[in-house]
Amino acid sequence: MSTGKKENLNDKDIQVILGTLLRAGVIISMSIVLIGGIIFLIHNKGAITDYKVFKPELSKFSSIAAIFKGVLTFQGDAIVQFGILMLIFTPIARIVFAIFSFLIEGDYLYVLIGFIILTIITISLNGGLAN
Amino acid sequence: MSVLLFTIIVLLGAFFAGLLGSLTGLGGGVIIIPLLTLALGVDIHYAIGASIISVIATSSGSAAAYVKEGITNIRIGMFLEIATTIGAVCGAIVAVYLNANYIAIIFGCILIFSAIMTLKKKVDHSTLDDSDKWANFFKLNGSYPDKAVEHKYAVKHVPGGFLMMLFAGTLSGLLGIGSGALKVIAMDNIMRLPFKVSTTTSNFMMGVTAAASAVVYLHRGQIDPGIAMPVCIGVLTGASLGSKVLLKTKTDKLKIVFAVVVTFLALQMIYKGISGL
Repeated sequence: MSTGKKENLNDKDIQVILGTLLRAGVIISMSIVLIGGIIFLIHNKGAITDYKVFKPELSKFSSIAAIFKGVLTFQGDAIVQFGILMLIFTPIARIVFAIFSFLIEGDYLYVLIGFIILTIITISLNGGLAN
Repeated sequence: MSVLLFTIIVLLGAFFAGLLGSLTGLGGGVIIIPLLTLALGVDIHYAIGASIISVIATSSGSAAAYVKEGITNIRIGMFLEIATTIGAVCGAIVAVYLNANYIAIIFGCILIFSAIMTLKKKVDHSTLDDSDKWANFFKLNGSYPDKAVEHKYAVKHVPGGFLMMLFAGTLSGLLGIGSGALKVIAMDNIMRLPFKVSTTTSNFMMGVTAAASAVVYLHRGQIDPGIAMPVCIGVLTGASLGSKVLLKTKTDKLKIVFAVVVTFLALQMIYKGISGL
């Protein structure tokens, strides 16, 4: 990964922090999904499922704003969706961290690459392309 | 079907999908999607949305361990993520407009291809020839530790690998899978990386790639908490158990049996897709 000894030490630290960040993100977001899932099941266990036809217009939590609104009113499915949102942001946070660490290393080429990836994700996040 | 029963069935199915997916190297997504669509009659758009979430969970979980060991090449990963995220966003957008039957047919074909790939004997193409000008410019050549010895390797054919990753990303976004089989082709066969580096780096990239398409799916209402919750919890627990068992068992026979089952599922998906056109 690197050529010099000094750089090597630096890369090792980055790897450990990156690993911890990823693991923490997965554990925290999956715990939220689990808690939300239990609340959702308590309230809806008898309801009938219907996923035979894709009906995007029925989706209650398809935007970040809607998810936050649902979490504030303590709806189980909104909490699940919030956990999923956190899970989606875990690898994105990893890119942000990588940008900072490459900045400290002085590797500006990879700072730029990190920004390119973030830009692609941000464009899709804003729904600019999806709409 | 009641929500409780549906959740329990999907949870169990996802657990086995994650377990078998990690034991055979196919990944959980390729098994949970046929299960949801063929056995439970779930629309493939919902199945894909749930599967992509499980891909993020399992890949981030295992990437955490590999990154700490220093095997993952973060530079190669990030460089190729440009290709996979562009592909993933495009694939996810196309998926929204594509008829479910066409998606099922493409999915079936990729499934058969992935099953064949797991059975093929891997040949190590790794090289020390560090003359590739792209690899030098992007500082992709590196080394990895194995039994306390540092192994050096060089990267070849960067543009070819990049193009293949664009394709792998598109399929990942279109079908809601990690498309590990294609990523490994790009890195092993084209870019000539050693296995350990290619598999761990491919895993590292999956999270970001899947996140890029998951964002599109979320906006489109394809991620339903009622399906995504049991799928991601089930696949993640199954996959973590699988990665622990994997170190102690030989999986050659399991791979053959599994490839046959997966091919059968794939043919059924293709048949269902064609008859629905």
